[in-house]
Amino acid sequence: MTANHHLDDASIVRYASGDFSTEFVVVSASHLAMCSVCRKAVALAETAGGTYLDTLDTVELADDALPALMQRLDDEAAGTTAGASPAALPEHGQEDTLPLPLRRVVSTPLDAISWKSVGPGIHKHDIQVNKETGQSLFMLKIAPGKKVPEHGHGGGEMTLVLSGSYRDDLGWFGPGDIADLDEHVQHQPHVDSITPCICLVATEAPTRFTGWISRIVQPFVGI
Amino acid sequence: MPAALRVVEASYERASMPDVDAHKAMIARIAADKDRAAFKALFLHFGPRIKALMQKAGASSDIADDLVQEVMMSLWRKAHLYSPEKGNVSTWIFTIARNARIDRLRRQSSKPYEDVEAIELASPEPDGEAEMYVSQRSERVASALAELPPEQKQIMELAFINDLPQSQIAEKLSLPLGTVKSRMRLAYGKLRPVLEDLA
Ligand SMILES: [Zn+2]
Repeated sequence: MTANHHLDDASIVRYASGDFSTEFVVVSASHLAMCSVCRKAVALAETAGGTYLDTLDTVELADDALPALMQRLDDEAAGTTAGASPAALPEHGQEDTLPLPLRRVVSTPLDAISWKSVGPGIHKHDIQVNKETGQSLFMLKIAPGKKVPEHGHGGGEMTLVLSGSYRDDLGWFGPGDIADLDEHVQHQPHVDSITPCICLVATEAPTRFTGWISRIVQPFVGI
Repeated sequence: MPAALRVVEASYERASMPDVDAHKAMIARIAADKDRAAFKALFLHFGPRIKALMQKAGASSDIADDLVQEVMMSLWRKAHLYSPEKGNVSTWIFTIARNARIDRLRRQSSKPYEDVEAIELASPEPDGEAEMYVSQRSERVASALAELPPEQKQIMELAFINDLPQSQIAEKLSLPLGTVKSRMRLAYGKLRPVLEDLA
């Protein structure tokens, strides 16, 4: 799979330096899982991090730093501390549909996800990864042919297409494509696949997103 | 290269090439033989730099010391996952330190980073990409960073070294968020030719 829409350069820098909240990291990482072009771009930015590490003025370590570290090696060799073994991958039998970083935070297979209706033809599944950021992460399932009314964003928004596709002013977005938008971008996605379009979305401003949802819903149910 | 540029680069005090190769050999010895002498040497070189990085990010001296131990233990356990074709040792250690910084100082999760790293390790390099490419890349990135205009350099350092969130960089410099983003893009744009030229 080769994506046509990638992470913004500013996002590559923020990902590499560790500035994103977990919500945005999950969406970025899910794209990276599918996109070797962006993985290369991140590796380049991480090289900058390595350069900075090399150039820092050193700071003296605690007096017992070395013996304490050697003690840890002894403890680990003796098996008295748990070594960091790689966390087991959740087995959902959904390897074909969900990228690994997403599989960790979605506890059910894609076909068993509990969707809640947020408007005609539009379903949402909230993903809780962090209570403190005030940002949100969720999946949207939009029915074929559905046109989401034009909307802007109350902050940055990242949308990764997992299955199906949509088209808007920015182009055609299929599986693996990411729309990495800042708050000034307005768009009007129109699902053009014969199956529903399932997207993973992170937003910076959940309260504004509620407004976004009500603006979607408004024309249909007259809220 | 003009002499003036060479002076700027020299001021960056980069690890010399023999160091870079020696560090790679040390990681290999840890991976193969759990070699403690190699581990100690890496600790003596990188420990004080990791501590500096953590303190620049706002950690107290105690927490920074603690994080040095944590990063070094990750290095010990993951040495077999280090691949010299993917990057220099200092870049690899930066990513381990960054992940520790995310978990401990930002209280976010670095798990997705580990997943991406595992996926990258499992994907083979295209032909012609090898260690030579990696060491050239590090050199080229170091000079590109040294040549950045001051206003871009400042933003990159605040992001990578001081671990300041983008919004706080904007606040600190009294700049609109959009300006911080565009300077980040410009700075990264100066690095990008390194990928293209060596590809
Ligand atoms: Zn990409």
